Amino acid sequence: MAALTTTSAATPPTPRRRSGSARRREAGAGWLFTAPALALVLLFIALPVLMALWVSITDWRGRGSPFEPGVPVVGLDNYRDLLAGGGLPTQDLGTALRNNLWYVLLVVPTQTVVALLLATAVNDKLLRGRGFFRTAFYFPSVTSSVAITVVFLFLFSASGAVNQVLSWLGINGPNWFADPDGVLHLLLGVVGVDSAPAVLADHGLLGVSWWEWLAGPSVAMSALVLLAIFTTSGTFMLLFLAALQNIAGEVSEAATMDGANAWQKFVFVTVPMLRPTLFTVLTLGLVGTWQVFDQIYTGTQGGPAKTTITPAYLSYTASFTNGQWGQGAAIAFILFAIIIVLTLVQRAVLRER
Amino acid sequence: MSRTRSLAVAASLASATLLLSACGGSGFDDAPAAGGGSGSAGTGQLQVLIGSSGQAETTAVTDAVEAWSSESGTAATVTAASDLNQELSQGFAAKTPPDVFYVSADLFNSYAASGALEPYGDQLSNADDFYPVLTEAFTRDGELYCAPKDFSTLALVINTDLWTQAGLTDADVPTTWDQLRAVAQRLTANGVTGLSTSAEYSRLGAFMAEAGGGLVTDGEATADSQQNVEALQYVQSLMADGSYAFAADLGAGWGGEAFGTGKAAMTIEGNWLVGAMASDYPDVEYEVVELPAGPAGKGTLTFTNCWGVAADSQNKEEAVELVESLTSSDQQLAFAKGFGVMPSLQSAAQPFSQEFPAQAAFLAGADYATAVPNQEGVSDVITDLNSQLEGLETGDPQAVLQRTQTNLEAALKSSGS
Repeated sequence: MAALTTTSAATPPTPRRRSGSARRREAGAGWLFTAPALALVLLFIALPVLMALWVSITDWRGRGSPFEPGVPVVGLDNYRDLLAGGGLPTQDLGTALRNNLWYVLLVVPTQTVVALLLATAVNDKLLRGRGFFRTAFYFPSVTSSVAITVVFLFLFSASGAVNQVLSWLGINGPNWFADPDGVLHLLLGVVGVDSAPAVLADHGLLGVSWWEWLAGPSVAMSALVLLAIFTTSGTFMLLFLAALQNIAGEVSEAATMDGANAWQKFVFVTVPMLRPTLFTVLTLGLVGTWQVFDQIYTGTQGGPAKTTITPAYLSYTASFTNGQWGQGAAIAFILFAIIIVLTLVQRAVLRER
Repeated sequence: MSRTRSLAVAASLASATLLLSACGGSGFDDAPAAGGGSGSAGTGQLQVLIGSSGQAETTAVTDAVEAWSSESGTAATVTAASDLNQELSQGFAAKTPPDVFYVSADLFNSYAASGALEPYGDQLSNADDFYPVLTEAFTRDGELYCAPKDFSTLALVINTDLWTQAGLTDADVPTTWDQLRAVAQRLTANGVTGLSTSAEYSRLGAFMAEAGGGLVTDGEATADSQQNVEALQYVQSLMADGSYAFAADLGAGWGGEAFGTGKAAMTIEGNWLVGAMASDYPDVEYEVVELPAGPAGKGTLTFTNCWGVAADSQNKEEAVELVESLTSSDQQLAFAKGFGVMPSLQSAAQPFSQEFPAQAAFLAGADYATAVPNQEGVSDVITDLNSQLEGLETGDPQAVLQRTQTNLEAALKSSGS
């Protein structure tokens, strides 16, 4: 890709009367330069995706190659079991989607706002020790997510640091990673609603009742939400910081001349100029959060009471633990479809009018 | 200004180091993959892949395999997997699986159904000597696929210091549910909970067995039986007394931790507890007794693994010979000494109980233990049941079991048993 951009930048715009053979030569060179990257993409991304697509329509049991004759092809059965079967696979997928949806809803906006605020703060030329803060905020991003997860497990354990601090404030902290109660259910309980209205309890989607969909993230999942915000805000701060430094000082000066105060400058000048970066950050955030896996695998293993299983983790356990490779691949493609659709929706919403 | 720069440099150096170490950290994934993938191709060398509980087990198995190698003249290498299931999956898919490996009971049927396991049971000379409850777990369509490696059962473990402090004596060791309720209540005081286990079927299932219930009876789903309801209601009533709590609610990872740290005076665990207590809580004095009998008499659960031989192995004959040597009575007793498991052979029971009188209660359980159902798809049902059991304290046992019954029926139907 990089090679292609350099060549096209180096050559002047092609005059129309240049001979066809020269243009062909140029195209050939282009292909030649992109060939290594293209080969890698095809071999390690496109091909495995197609292989997985094949696996998702078979009942391959994991012995030998899935392309051998004799591997039963079941068509869309795996997808049907997951989306319309009503049994345990459907319930598990429904629960996983519910968990992940709340995770995305909480993590993506929060981490974007936090990243933007951090970037604005460390972009301030008057801030002393800017370099230090930039590094400090970026630090969690470069640390292995497994290591951070383990630290969080200790911090949020029943007698951990977080609960100690809460106890100074007179709050009896929950047993974070062992508490399956949904946060919204807990809040509703405070105002006296602690059982489901029949209309919500009796109907549902994917084997999960609407009341359960509305449970909110469990207390355990909330701890993982905090973990995700803590680790990824720094990454996105870097993107925002790069974009902020691209905004010429004159723009800000002009806004000041027009009588804008700091807040108005931020909302009406800076943020609109960050729109392309905002799109990148939201897309990366959306894709990353829908694929959350490491924290679950190292931290909670889906517990307590399945409130932290996610589609990615479910796909892994279906394949590697249960040997249901077709089902695991099908879950991966359902997740893929969700991410694509949501990214398209987000593109439409953020389009410049 | 120069100060800020040096700060930044220091910070970025530190982060660079971290980054490097993070990269280096991922290396630990590579080694086992190489071990799992480097299956043999007619080299006459056996690859043995084990899911080890720790260094003691790895050493004991390695020694045993080496001894067999020098005797038989067939070279063999033992590798301890960091993620056994995943490494086996890779080996099966690549058709280069290890020749001999551990297979857990709950995965047995899934592996056997894929044709990855060689059914070698009929080639074993000691096949009749295994406990029937163990061989049943590894039999499919009437064929014994693999030899039970060893087994464990659940028993009641009592902290003797807390026991005497509560004014209890040997005569008070509970043998019925009512007595268990009484002593659990006596032991509950000063921040100590009488009894604690983890919230899962593989512990609470013992109560179901004692009540005469079980998840699967003769291949039929019986999760919502009256006996099972009674068992869960009993547990619920102990929780209402405050004398029973799940380990997670005491801030412990499992029953053994709650017990070892003195948060609970009794727990229900298997043989593995002995090793864990010795290494993590060597100062805690404890005693292992049989689980108290319920309305239907004594009951407990048993857990086992087997020595799988790969159908794609090039050295099946040698592999079966190795397994026969590893499951021999002497060798299993050596393993019992090495890492605290119970021999899967009935003929080894006598020498075992002489050697380890303190574990007599575990061994006694073998006579009436039931196995955890392991038909295909059932492990998912049990995972789902476990997630429901976590909320048992305020939950409705009948509803929990009803849901499990529905799932279980579906799983048994699709597994065709």
